[in-house]
Amino acid sequence: MNEFDFEGYTCPVPLRPNEAVILGHGSGGTLSRDLLRRLFLPELGQAAPRALDDSAVVEIDGQRFALTTDSHVVSPLFFPGGDIGRLAICGTVNDLAMVGAKPTALTCGFVLEEGLSFDVLQRVVASMQAAAEEAGVYIAAGDTKVVQKGGADRLFINTSGIGRIADGVNISGANAQEGDVVIVSGTIGDHGIAVLSAREDLGFETMLESDVAPLNHLVEAMLAVGEIHVLRDPTRGGLATSLVEISEQSNVTIEIEEETLPFKPAVRAACEMLGFDPLFVANEGKLVAFVKAGDAEKILDAMKKTKYGEESAIIGRVIGFGKSQVRMRTAIGGTRLVDMLPGEMLPRIC
Amino acid sequence: MKYIDEYRNPEKVKSLLREIRSIVTQNWVIMEICGGQTHAFLHHGLDAMLPPQIELVHGPGCPVCVTPLEQIDKAVVIASRPDVIFTSYGDMLRVPGSTKDLFSVRANGGDVRVVYSPLEAVQIAEANPDKEVVFFAIGFETTAPANAMAVLQAKNKNIQNFSALVSHVRVPPAMEAILSSRRNRVQAFLAAGHVCAVMGFHEYPPIAEKYRVPIVVTGFEPIDLLNGMVAAIQQLEAGRAEAENQYQRAVRFGGNESAQRTIRSVFQSVDRKWRGIGVIPQSGWSLRPDFAEFDAEIRFDVGNIFTQESPLCMAGEILQGLKKPLQCAAFGKECTPQTPLGAPMVSAEGACAAYYKYHRDVAYE
Repeated sequence: MNEFDFEGYTCPVPLRPNEAVILGHGSGGTLSRDLLRRLFLPELGQAAPRALDDSAVVEIDGQRFALTTDSHVVSPLFFPGGDIGRLAICGTVNDLAMVGAKPTALTCGFVLEEGLSFDVLQRVVASMQAAAEEAGVYIAAGDTKVVQKGGADRLFINTSGIGRIADGVNISGANAQEGDVVIVSGTIGDHGIAVLSAREDLGFETMLESDVAPLNHLVEAMLAVGEIHVLRDPTRGGLATSLVEISEQSNVTIEIEEETLPFKPAVRAACEMLGFDPLFVANEGKLVAFVKAGDAEKILDAMKKTKYGEESAIIGRVIGFGKSQVRMRTAIGGTRLVDMLPGEMLPRIC
Repeated sequence: MKYIDEYRNPEKVKSLLREIRSIVTQNWVIMEICGGQTHAFLHHGLDAMLPPQIELVHGPGCPVCVTPLEQIDKAVVIASRPDVIFTSYGDMLRVPGSTKDLFSVRANGGDVRVVYSPLEAVQIAEANPDKEVVFFAIGFETTAPANAMAVLQAKNKNIQNFSALVSHVRVPPAMEAILSSRRNRVQAFLAAGHVCAVMGFHEYPPIAEKYRVPIVVTGFEPIDLLNGMVAAIQQLEAGRAEAENQYQRAVRFGGNESAQRTIRSVFQSVDRKWRGIGVIPQSGWSLRPDFAEFDAEIRFDVGNIFTQESPLCMAGEILQGLKKPLQCAAFGKECTPQTPLGAPMVSAEGACAAYYKYHRDVAYE
C-alpha cells in the first residue's frame, strides 16, 4: 500500500438540538433532566423549591405534607414479579416515602384504549388494591378516560399521593454530608431486566422477577433507629443517575465500591450480554440512603430485618464537599467516574 | 459469574501489572484496535494503573464511529419513507447525520426499530409483506456473518420486501492505513479479539513483518488486556515483531471458516470511506452483484448521496490515535454524549464517549 495521508480528514458536523420530544427524554437520565430544566421548571417550577426530590414538601398550617404524582406506561402490562397496577401504587408510595413521609392516600387516573379487555383491567385493579393494602394506603379518588384505538397503548395509569412528614424528619437529595454512608436496600437492576426479558422480541428468558414493592415500611424502620439525610428510589436511569443527582443537589463527592454492589447473577449476565451498565437499569423496589456515619450499622441492621431490605448493603460514602462527582473504586483496584444515563439505554452492536 | 470473574481477578491484575513494570525499560505507544477494548480499559480504571512508560492510543474499531456520514444520510432518507420499516442496531440511532439522526426520524413518525439480530429484521419483513423492511448492515467482521446470513435467508425464502443498507468495514486495511501514515506513532497493536474469532489472524503475520510491529490478538476482560499488554511489551523490548494470540479461548489461526464462507458468498471487497479518516482501499464489504436485488441503495435510489464532512472536530486524529479525547477543545463542553460533535462521542464504543463517561474529571483537574 502507498503511504496513506490522513491530514485533511476531519470529523462530522454537529447534531442539532432535538426539535421534538424523543423517547430518551423519558429515560430518567440527562435528557429528562434537560427537558425539566429547559422547559418545565422555568414555566411551572417557581413555587417548588424541592421539585427535584421524589416528592414535593408542602406546608399547610405549620404541618408538612409530601405530595407527588407519577404516570405509568410500562409495556408489557404484566411482567414477571408485577404488573402496571402494582407499579402505579408502589411508585407513588415510594416517592412519598423518599422524603420521609408516611403515605396516606392516593388518587388514580386511568387512560384506557378502546378495546382493552375487562379481564385485563380487572386484574390490574385487583393488583392495585393488593399493593395499596400492603402499603397501608387507600385510593381516595379516581378518574377514567377512554381514547380511541391507537390513541394510547392499552392502559396508562397516573397516581398521585399525599402523606404526612413527622416533625424532626428532614430528608432531601440536598442533605448529603461529608462522611455520610451510602446504603442500598438490595440487589440492583432487577426490575429493568425482568421487564426487558418479558418483551417478546428479545429472545432471552430468565427466572428473574421485578422487585416492584412498597418501601414505606422499610423507611419507617430506618427512621426509627437513626439519622437519615437522603433517600431516593433509583427507578428510571438506575442507581448511577440517582447518585449523580444527589451529588449535584448536595454538591458532594461520592465514592462507591464496585465490589460491594449487590447484583443478582441473572442481572449481571443479561447486562454483560446486552452491553448494558446495570447501574443504569431501573429498580422499583429499592432505595438508596445517605445516613449519618455513626448510625450506619444500626440502620443497616434494621433494614436487613425488613421484608424488602434483607439484602441491604453499604456501598460507599460521601468523601468530600464542594465538588459534585460520583467515583467508583473498581473491583480490580482502579478508579473511574460514574455518570448519568445519557438517553435511551441502547444495546451495543457487537 | 463464570467466564467473567476469573478474568477480573484483582490479585491476578496486580501480578500482571507487576510483570509489566518489571519488563518495561522505555516508552512505548500501543494501540488497542477495538472500541470494546477501549471501554474495558476505562470502565475498569485499568488505563490509569499502567506504568507511565506505556501510552495507550485508541484505535478506529468502533463500527458506529467510522460509518460515514453519507451512509447515515442515506439511512435517514430511507427511514423517513412512509412505506418503510427501518431496522438497526441500537447504537446507530443516535449518530448524527448531516441534518438529523434516526431517533429524530422516529420522533417524526418514521417506523424505526431497534433489533438485536439482523434475522429479526427478516422476520419483520415476513410479518409485514405490505411494507419495505430495511436493515442497516454496519459493523466490522464481527457483525458481517449474521448480516450476510440475513440476506441469504431473505433470498432463500424469496422475501422480496427485505433489503440491506450495507456499510461494512474490515480491520486489517485500517491497521495498514494507520501504519503507513507519515504521522503514525503506533508501535504495537492489541488486535480485536472478536474480529479474529471470525476471521482468524492469518492476515496479521505479513503486516507485522512488513511494518515491524508486534500484533497481539487480545480479549476484552482486564486479565485479557493485561496479558495482551505483557506479550506486546515483551516483543517490543526484545525487538521482535510477530503476530501472536493471547485470546486462545476464542480465536484460532484460521478463524471460523464457516462464517467466512457465508461472508464471501454474500459480500465482496470494496473501497470504503471511514468517517473521520477517509477512503481506505479495499477496506469494506458490499453486496455481491448476484444479491443486488437486496441492496437498499439501489432499491431506494440513494446511491448518489454524497456528504462532505465538516472540519469541526478532530475525530479523525482520535480514530488514528494521534490525539486523545482530552486534547480536544470541544470535549465535555460543546461536545457531549447529548450533543455530540463527532461519532466517537456517540457510540457506546467510541473513545470520546468512554473518556466522557469515565475520565472527564481529568480534564477538569
